[in-house]
Formats: sequence, structure tokens, C-alpha cells
Amino acid sequence: MAFKMSVQGFKGKIGEVTIGTGYKAITLGGQNAVAFFEAEGEGANLPKVGLEILDIYPEEWIPSLQEIYKDVAQDPAQWAKFVEEKFNPDFICLRFMGADPNGLNKPVEECAQIAKAVAEAISLPLVIAGTNNHEKDAKLFEKVAAAVDGHNCLFLAATEDNYKAVGAAAGLAYQHKVGAESSVDINLAKQLNVLLGQLGVKNEDVVMNIGCAAAGYGFEYLVSTMDRIRLAALGQNDKTLQMPVITPVAFETWGVKESIAELEDAPEWGAREDRGIAMEVSTAASIITVGSDAVILRHPKSLETLRTFIGALV
Amino acid sequence: MALTGLDIFKLTPKTNCKDCGFPTCLAFSMKVAAGGAEISKCPHMSAEALDKLSEATAPPMKTVKIGKGETEYALGGETVLYRHEKTFVNRNRFAVSFKDSMTAEEIAAKLDNMKMVDYVRIGEAMKVEIAALQYTGNKDAYIALIKQVKESGLKVVYMLVCQDAAVLQDALALVKDENPIVYGATKDNYEAMVNLVKADKLPLGLKAANLEELYNLVEKVQGLDYKELLLGTEADNIKDAVQSTLQIRKIALKEQDRKFGYPSVVFANELAKGDKYLEISLASLLTIKYGSIIVLEDIDYARALPLFALRQNVYTDPQRPMRVEPKLYPLNGADENSPVLVTVDFALTYFIVAGEIERSKVPVWLAIPDAGGYSVLTAWAAGKFGGSSISSFIKESGAEKMTNNRKLIIPGKVAVLKGDIEDNLPGWEIMIGPDEAMHLPQFLKKLK
Repeated sequence: MAFKMSVQGFKGKIGEVTIGTGYKAITLGGQNAVAFFEAEGEGANLPKVGLEILDIYPEEWIPSLQEIYKDVAQDPAQWAKFVEEKFNPDFICLRFMGADPNGLNKPVEECAQIAKAVAEAISLPLVIAGTNNHEKDAKLFEKVAAAVDGHNCLFLAATEDNYKAVGAAAGLAYQHKVGAESSVDINLAKQLNVLLGQLGVKNEDVVMNIGCAAAGYGFEYLVSTMDRIRLAALGQNDKTLQMPVITPVAFETWGVKESIAELEDAPEWGAREDRGIAMEVSTAASIITVGSDAVILRHPKSLETLRTFIGALV
Repeated sequence: MALTGLDIFKLTPKTNCKDCGFPTCLAFSMKVAAGGAEISKCPHMSAEALDKLSEATAPPMKTVKIGKGETEYALGGETVLYRHEKTFVNRNRFAVSFKDSMTAEEIAAKLDNMKMVDYVRIGEAMKVEIAALQYTGNKDAYIALIKQVKESGLKVVYMLVCQDAAVLQDALALVKDENPIVYGATKDNYEAMVNLVKADKLPLGLKAANLEELYNLVEKVQGLDYKELLLGTEADNIKDAVQSTLQIRKIALKEQDRKFGYPSVVFANELAKGDKYLEISLASLLTIKYGSIIVLEDIDYARALPLFALRQNVYTDPQRPMRVEPKLYPLNGADENSPVLVTVDFALTYFIVAGEIERSKVPVWLAIPDAGGYSVLTAWAAGKFGGSSISSFIKESGAEKMTNNRKLIIPGKVAVLKGDIEDNLPGWEIMIGPDEAMHLPQFLKKLK
């Protein structure tokens, strides 16, 4: 047998979704391969890397990050502007920790004003992440979607519980992009996409969040779910699974033991910041390896690393 | 190419003697074709037929053994490109790079790191398995390096990264019995290299400037009837190295071409050029996509914690959930005053619950009975996590001796078990915990 490259000809293709407006708008997806770097793929937009900011002061973040943001983190709009100028990620993710009913439970009107101020302070695309309390998120996104009208934001996320409210507000009334969140299960992912479609949200306005796990924490389920979704989307041309995927890596990796154990509790483990970045880059690189089109990160060093990593693969 | 059951049947004696354990020759042949039985189970095959068949029914990717005794590891032998199709079988192994240009102190420091990073996670040893000893031109220093590694007492597989057969001759005199990897056969030296390793059947690493040359080199080495091979995917840049690693596996498994049916070796350290986080990112990619030996610059916990855990995840059999050992785990320095919290032995549940307890900083005994490796509700529905099994675990695990606290917290999702456990465990106060692990810190802090 003579040497011949192995090339898989997929008939399906991942759809393209654009977030943001103007020259800094980004487009996710577009590839006809499992991941953007596979030889048989073409048309892929490179995976996008965003940084997370909060609507409140990041009390739980590691001291070195608080140090970087200490002068701006009191005001989310200033914080966002600072991130854009200093680190220039592909997008910014504003996460409404302060709206959580189990926490500060800030009123949605106040959150809407914060979102508006942030969207106006930056020219980068904005991803809005909620509280993960589905009831609160439905109300929150309704107000926020109106406040950031025209900025073409991505909302994370609509779930089985609240997709009608979130889809109607973010996707239909104000023409933002809708994140469809399922929990590491191809059938749930597909079902939610179908339901959003029935509601009238167009496929090209949907980005999937199929769930996230830190490396070592059941990450194999994520790998296999992602593999199966992509093989169905590309190999079987399943239109209801051809949306690009965004993964909020930072939301998971900075909460696991490897990232939060203090130096005195685990002296041989070494500095906390070092471990936190390592967990974040390992998890992000892994999920990009199996095909994720965008990751949300927390540490600027992780952003820099992932950019180098993605750039080196093409 | 794959044979059908009928192709195989034609070569059997067709006597239906049942010596193979199957009722008929045809049934046996079908099983062999499906990969469910070894052709050698039939004692009546002619030698000629056996040769033909074992070649044709051999797995597309060879399993290569490296190291010896307690440091013996199998590489390769994979049959699928995606783990959900069946399972990944032989996990990748990590190596740390040493060079003869390093000082004895630098070498000692890396050896110490390898000794330090050695722990158990869900029943599996987590450590670097291979020392990649790279020859850069100073033979005396190279021999001294091997001796230093050997005398350190570290249990590792030796990987001699060297293209000079004369140097290797002396190096092998020191470690030949350990079944080391000899890495560095090229189109210019492959005959000498094969001669060097043939008698002891040592694993031989091949390298070439690009994939096509590597393919031709494999052909030449196979022509010398040597098949204990590893394929180096060396390239000046990350893109080419990753493409080569992907292509080798795809050509072997998808195209069924056995020329590339061998484990791969990737020097992530060289590709990352000293950028540790880039090295971790790259090693993560290669753990999922087809690296067999991944060489790192050094080891520390920052590298180890994500990489070893990721590998453990990816190489889990998708049909069998990962389980932790059933026992009583002291968390946050639990002592005789600490309450007991019970959950199931499904690894994912354990890690999430243990993580939240650690976040709360409240000392707790975490009781993990044998619940079949299922999640809380599944185990309960399957009858493996019920009032009597929880109660008998609390009695048998010695929880009553470990703590004088008589509070037992059960998962909110199985609140219905409360009465049953109360009946079985007189003297204990059974408390219903939250439904979701994320609310544990709040719950435990209030408990105090």
C-alpha cells in the first residue's frame, strides 16, 4: 500500500453564528470537520477565547486576579473597558453572580443598567451569563435583552425550564443570540434546539452550551457527548445539531479542589495560581480538541496560552 | 483486510469437533471474524492456514510493551477513533526529558520532582512512567546520566533517545534488562538500530522528516522482520506534529493500514519551547487525540493534576462508570466530633460532594458505601443505595468509633430513606441534606 492521507469527507457542516457588531464582531463555527485543526476540515472560524467579568466585586477570585482588577472591579463597565484595552480577548463574558437569589439577589432592573453600561463601554462582542437559577434568569434576560438592544449579544443560557421566556426575549423580541444549555447529553441538546426552533428562534441564532466539567471531573462524558454531537451533525447531516458550541470553562475549573486548595493545605502542590491556570488551560485545550468553538476563561495568562495554542494548530 | 466468517470457515477442518468450545466450525468462524475469539483456539488448523489467518485477524494497531516488572506498560492496541464507539484501552504514558548536557544537580532536581509527584487517584497510580534520556553529543556525560537515573532508585522505563548505535551499545549494557525503549532509528541508521534491539526484542522508535518518509521507513524496518515499533511524530512546529499524530492513528484504524498500526511518541516539551502552560495544553490535546508517549520538560503538581486526571477520564470504559473505593473518608481534618455524611461510590458524585465539603471547610466524615457505581437516584432505584445498606455500612465501617457525633446526613434526593435508617440505627439523628451538592457549604456551615 502506498502512503495516503486519511481524509474523512463529511457531508454536513457546522453553521455560522455571529456575535457582536462592527469590526470586532466574531463568527463561530463554519467547519466541516470534528475540530478546526483536522486536515479534512475547511471553512472553520478559529475557536474564540473570551474573558469573564462579574457584575460584583470578585471576592472569591484568587488574590493575584483581584490585584489586577482592584481599581476597576467596583464598576463592571470600567472593568470591561480595562479588559478590552489591556487583554483584548475575542469577547467579554459578563456574568451576573450578584443576581443569584441564593446570594445578593440584585433586582433585574439594576442588572439591566449594568449590562447596558458594559455593552456601551466596549466594542468587543458581549456574552451575558446568568445566575443558573432558571426562574431568575428568565426575568433577568428579559430585562437585559431590552437594555442591550442592538448589541447582538449571546445569552447563556436558555434551558429546558426557561427556554420560552429566554428564547422569546433574547432571540425573538431583540434579535440577540440564544445559548441553548443542556447537561452533557446529546438527546437533551437536540431536544432543546428543536424546541427553540418551534418557538421561532432560527438555527443561525443559536449557540449550544452542552455542559462543562473540569479535567478529571467526569470529563469523559463531555468528550463523548461532543464527539457524538459532531459526528451526528457532520456525518448524518443532522441540522438540529449543527450549531456551534461555547464552553464556559472558567465557571467549572476555578471551583475544583485543584484550583482552590490553599498552599498551606497542600504544600507539595505548589502555588494556587499556577494550579488554577494549569486546570483552566488543560480543560480549555481539551474541549477545543474535541471541537468547541468558543471558551470562556478567567485568567489573562490562560487567554494568552490558548491563543498561542489555537494559532499554532493552523 | 478484514476476513468474513465464511472466508475463515473455508480454512477450518469443518469437522465440528467442538474442541474450540463452539458448537460448529461455522459458529466459531463467525465469532473470530467479529473479533470475539482467537483463531488459535482451534487446535486442528494447518500451520499455513493459521499464518494466513493470524495476520488477517490481528488487531489493526499493535500492542507494544515497554519496561519490565513493576514498570511494564502496554501501549497501543487501540481499535476505535472515538472512545464511545467501544473504549480506549492502553492509556498514554508521560515521560520527563533529560539531556546529557544537564548538570548533575539539574538531573537530580528533575528526579526529585518525579519522586514527589506520585499519588493515587480513584485507585490508580498517578506518576510519570518514563525517563526520556536525550543524547546531545557527549557520550561520557550520557552514560553518567543513565547511571544517575538508575542509582536514584526511581522506578521508570528508560527511553534512550539517540541515533548513534555505538553510544547505544554502551548505554544498553547498563539498562538492557529493563526492556528500555530505543528511540532514534532513521532511514540512514535503521539497519544498525534493528541489529541492536533484535535479540532482546526491545521497542524501537522510528523518526523521519515527514509522514511519507516515516511510512517508507516503517516499510523498510518491517522488511527486516522487526515489528516492536513506536512512531515518532517529530516536527519543527505544533501543527505538523499534531497532524502527524492524528494521521498515524486514522490511517491505522480507519484505513486499516498496519504500516501505521503502532503507538506514537510526541515531544510536547520541544514543541512548547519552554512555555509550560502551552505544554500542558498540547499534552491535553494529545491525551485525547492519539499520543501514546508524551514527553514533558519536567513534572510538578500543576502539570500532573489536570493531565493525569484527564487521562484517567478519557481511558475509562464508557460501559463501566468510574467508582471510588467504598470507605469512610475524613475530610477537612474530621475527628471524633465530626458528623457523618453519606453518598454513593460513583466517582463523579464523590468528587462533586467531596469538593463542596472541602469548600465549606467543615470537618466531615464522608461515608461511601458500595452502591454499584451509580448516581444517587439510579443506585436508589436499583436497590443498591437503601436504608439497610446505608445502615449496615455505618455499622461495619466503624463510624461509631471514629466519631462521637451522631448526626448522619443523607442526600436530599433520597429523603424518603430517613425513617428506614432511623429504625436501623438507633441513637443516630438522621438529617436530610440538600438536593444539590452546590448547597452543601451553606448547609454544613449552618449545622455547626
